[in-house]
Amino acid sequence: MAYLELNNICKTYGQSDGETEVLSNINLKIEEGEFVAIVGFTGSGKTTLVNLINGLIKPTSGTVLFKGEPVDGTSHERGVIFQNYSLLPWLTVGQNVFMAVKEAFPKKNKKELHEIVANYVEMVSLTPAINKRPNELSGGMRQRVAVARALAMKPEMIIMDEPLGALDALTRGNLQDEILNIWGKDKRTALLITNDVDEGIYMADRIIPLRPGPNATLGPEFKIDLERPRDKTEMNDNPNFKKTRNEIIEYLMDIGNERKSEAKEEYILPDLVPKDFVNQFKFGR
Amino acid sequence: MKASLTLGKVTNFLGLGFFITLKDLFTGKLEKEEFKNFLRKTIVPLVSILLFIGLWHLGAKSLYNIEAKFKIEKALQDQGQVAADALKTCMVSGESSCQPNTLPSPSQVWNSFQSLLRDHNIISADKAAFIEKTAAMNEKRVAAGKAAIVYTGRPSFVDQVFTSLQTVFAGFLLALLIAVPLGIFIGLSPNLKSAFNWFIQIFKPVSPVVWYLLVFMIVKTLLIGSTEDSSFTISFISVGLCSMWATLVNTAMGVSTVDKDYINVAKVLKLGTFQKIFKVVLPSSLPLIFTGLKITLSVAWMVLIAIELLAQSPGLGLFVWEEFQNGANDSNAKIIVAMFAIGIIGFLLDRLMLMIQNWVSFDKTDAI
Repeated sequence: MAYLELNNICKTYGQSDGETEVLSNINLKIEEGEFVAIVGFTGSGKTTLVNLINGLIKPTSGTVLFKGEPVDGTSHERGVIFQNYSLLPWLTVGQNVFMAVKEAFPKKNKKELHEIVANYVEMVSLTPAINKRPNELSGGMRQRVAVARALAMKPEMIIMDEPLGALDALTRGNLQDEILNIWGKDKRTALLITNDVDEGIYMADRIIPLRPGPNATLGPEFKIDLERPRDKTEMNDNPNFKKTRNEIIEYLMDIGNERKSEAKEEYILPDLVPKDFVNQFKFGR
Repeated sequence: MKASLTLGKVTNFLGLGFFITLKDLFTGKLEKEEFKNFLRKTIVPLVSILLFIGLWHLGAKSLYNIEAKFKIEKALQDQGQVAADALKTCMVSGESSCQPNTLPSPSQVWNSFQSLLRDHNIISADKAAFIEKTAAMNEKRVAAGKAAIVYTGRPSFVDQVFTSLQTVFAGFLLALLIAVPLGIFIGLSPNLKSAFNWFIQIFKPVSPVVWYLLVFMIVKTLLIGSTEDSSFTISFISVGLCSMWATLVNTAMGVSTVDKDYINVAKVLKLGTFQKIFKVVLPSSLPLIFTGLKITLSVAWMVLIAIELLAQSPGLGLFVWEEFQNGANDSNAKIIVAMFAIGIIGFLLDRLMLMIQNWVSFDKTDAI
């Protein structure tokens, strides 16, 4: 039995005539301790998939099983890092994390809870900013708070919905390493949703492309056989890496081309020729 | 340094930031760009104020001339040349009894303002003397179980202002206590929303006068047999009911349109219902609630005058009405003084709310 199992998931939005099937026939198995990345174009239904797994929405048909039990609503066992940080702007960094910790460990006393908060804020190296509000922080810092908040609840599984999408390359690289570090420390199960193939290869054990929606389905999986810890610069010369990367990108490109050829409508451009002003004026002379 | 910084904050909150620039001007710390800014913020308003007073003065003068001309002509037709000449000389001499009754000039208003202040001083002195005189007797009366004797003399203009403020704050508090909780419930529950929607739509545009009459009907019956003066109760309830709609609508809207991300966070953290309302929904709708409260306070202050006037409850509204009925030669000027007092206090109340909003709300850029 897999740790997380998605069986024949379909999700439709709207009613009767306006109904669109966003996800159809999604099957996915994730083992405990695994790091899986799902790569897809924007608008292919990635966020819907994440919300199905963390329990924010229910599938139209099919089942989501977490440790053999059907998912019903959200749970502290599955921590989520949202795409847009989703920090509460009226709370400081510490308060944002504290709120999560307090809910996750209702039995601990205030002092213990504050210790946990301090630890995780320190882990994402935001201790100097612990009393700042989110709008005083940069994008990267905010995302680190979101990471700290999700991890401080000590979830068994971390679900990340394009967590680094809005960040610049440098911050992105640093945060990738930080997440990997934390994941490596106590080998939690992780699911990363991303649109960046390189990020997926660098971080995950397996990459599964999501064919774009409507009717999005999962494509064939690609195993990443690279030793951990991975080194970004070395990786670029690794033939294995190059091969996998090309395969995935080719696959995604093919899907893209398929999508284009599916569009049957042909657009006829008007038959226009630029006016010849030169000859006109010559004639006038 | 720190003190001046907080002072700067306070004046900025109050929209009186130019005081700080004024200070910089004298200490010579002003750059060119800042100087332009300073001009815009101080000189332009000052010039416009002077312009306003000038226009007012000219307008009042021409109205005075029209009225004077008419009066003299009338005296000429009715009573003959001698009476007309007598009236003319009387007017020129500035004798107050024969002045035409029209829009008062700025200087008349200023004089009335000062006379109202003098009046206040006299009345306060009188009141203090009365209290001193009756202190010993009151002590005995209280000891004997009788009610103390209170000062029942005429209230001064300043006293009326404070009574009005009391009425407004009581009304505002009533509006706050009804509208905010009700708005939260309506915002949270779609059922309540459809149950209350017609109610809000119908009662929102009802005029203050009608609110007053409605409250009067109800309170009169409820307090039947009571000898106490119910005018204050009636007026503050009317003010509250009249002004609470903005807060009600804004609160309901703020609560029902909380950012979906925040709701998702609440769900993922598995917050309980109370936690969700107090830690997520309310803080995020606070800016809108405060916008509603700000509107409520200004509406309350605006309708207060009409309601006090109808309810005959002491305050600025009654002051204006009595001065109008009085028809003394400085009554018009006193009405204008009351008008400015109402306007300026309304402005200060608005700034006060803004200050509280800035202090409470997380979104420092939103509040204007």
